[in-house]
Amino acid sequence: MPSRGRALLILAGLGLLALGSFWTALAVGSLQLTAGEVAAVLLGGDVAGADVVLQLRLPRALAGFACGGLLALAGALMQVLLRNPLADPYILGVSSGAGVGALFAILFGWSAWGIDGLAFAGALGAMVLVFGLAHGDGSWTQTRLLLTGVIVAAGCGALITLMLAVAPEAKLRGMLFWLMGDLGQAGRWWPPLAVLVLALVLALPFARELNLLSRGLMQAQALGVAVGRLRYAIYLLASLATAWSVTTAGSVGFVGLVVPHLVRLAAGNDQRLLLPASALAGGSLLVLADTLARTLVAPQQLPVGVLTALIGVPVFLFLLSRQPR
Amino acid sequence: MTVPLLEAAGLTVDIAGRRIVDGLDLKVGRGERLAILGQNGAGKSTLLATLAGLRPPAAGSVHLGGTAYPALAPRIAARRRAWLGQTQTDPFGSTVLETALTGRHPHLGRWAWESEGDAELARSALAAVGLGGLERRPIHTLSGGERQRLAIAALLTQASPLYLLDEPLAHLDLNHQMAVLELFADAPRNDGAAVVMVLHDPGLAHRFCHRALLIYGDGRSSQGDVDTILTAERLSELYGYRLSMLEKDGRRCFLPE
Repeated sequence: MPSRGRALLILAGLGLLALGSFWTALAVGSLQLTAGEVAAVLLGGDVAGADVVLQLRLPRALAGFACGGLLALAGALMQVLLRNPLADPYILGVSSGAGVGALFAILFGWSAWGIDGLAFAGALGAMVLVFGLAHGDGSWTQTRLLLTGVIVAAGCGALITLMLAVAPEAKLRGMLFWLMGDLGQAGRWWPPLAVLVLALVLALPFARELNLLSRGLMQAQALGVAVGRLRYAIYLLASLATAWSVTTAGSVGFVGLVVPHLVRLAAGNDQRLLLPASALAGGSLLVLADTLARTLVAPQQLPVGVLTALIGVPVFLFLLSRQPR
Repeated sequence: MTVPLLEAAGLTVDIAGRRIVDGLDLKVGRGERLAILGQNGAGKSTLLATLAGLRPPAAGSVHLGGTAYPALAPRIAARRRAWLGQTQTDPFGSTVLETALTGRHPHLGRWAWESEGDAELARSALAAVGLGGLERRPIHTLSGGERQRLAIAALLTQASPLYLLDEPLAHLDLNHQMAVLELFADAPRNDGAAVVMVLHDPGLAHRFCHRALLIYGDGRSSQGDVDTILTAERLSELYGYRLSMLEKDGRRCFLPE
């Protein structure tokens, strides 16, 4: 039976995991710090390397946490919206739209602000396009939405490939890193973190209704859920969360698909627990993956998207194998 | 005069450009049981979904406890009627108890979690459909018949005064068919709840319902007491196949000739 006490216990555990991931991200790197030194830096002490921690590592960790949380939350919401366990935040083309915008900006040598702005515009464009096309005849069914999204994503994918094909060598690396997801270029940390908190605050009051929605549209409606409005709201929320994350860190793969499933395997499918737990676990995973990405072959940095998959795949397969039939 | 639990006035229902019910007037009061009979594709489920407020009618109105659907908030409607769909799909895992508890949703506040009292209700509903002791089972390990009985248990926890059942006997063995029908016919247990159900066996409809509504699939329909309307002649016309009636101890059985 779902109970609030158990949910809070699990969330507290994940909160500790998040703190642990932050501690690792702040301590590890070309300049190694002890736990005591990290604490001293955070408390405003005058420790050698304080600048590195406060100016570089902390903002990057916060941005990574926010992006991971947003992706996992958006993935969990998309899986409910499409009632499909294979759905992820990118399935309806939001990230592909952002990719088209970002690569276009990189190709024409725009500034970081221009890249972010155009990426966000591309994400919104894809979101509006998919909504308009899927909603066309008012049916707005899961299948139609899914197919429209997948096709729009494929179209954007073609444009991305086209730009990669014509791009000069010098710009290719930046473009590929953006596509694989890279926190090295992450801008300010607080906007995505604020969006994550806002998205959770908006989604949590509807968590029990989302439980019902995942069981069936008509069943949910018969049990008193205003299904139409709720589905619009989830689409909007999940798309905006994805857009914000992708704009900040590029299209980091895997987090949005696998983290909700990890949480589901470990703690069940109650959205009241699944949504906040996914946000915490997704954020922690991305922070840890990013720490590895910048230390594994230092001074060279790897794209974090590769690491999320390398960590996530074995963990997921392990949990899946010990799941009772 | 008391307000009927369910009242349809001039109800016209279309599906895919075809008129399946035209100007239907229907009233269901406390403790009444109504069977809906008709051929496959005649529109029984569509009519039931319209009565449940899950799809808009082409014309006419459906009132639930005196309030018409568009004016009725979904949550309030869910406390006045419970609807059993024809299929249960479970893309995500869940336990039997969690699934039975879904019926409590319209009774819980936005931030509330299911209480021990809700769990007791769900356990007794599970016991009533013969699923006692399976509370922790994952739902995808259930058989088709067990899943159907779980859906009925979830419906019972909704504790509404009106049940709208679309093929409640689907996937059920003979013994469970009788158990489910006896459960819904047990007025004291249900606190005098009314039942509207789509059935395939006119004999069971005669035995467990007071009235029957026959849907012909072309807009025509007829309704009345089961004794007068469930006859070999009318049912032969309804199903387009010659039936003969056997009667024993006031119970009727219809045999294809």
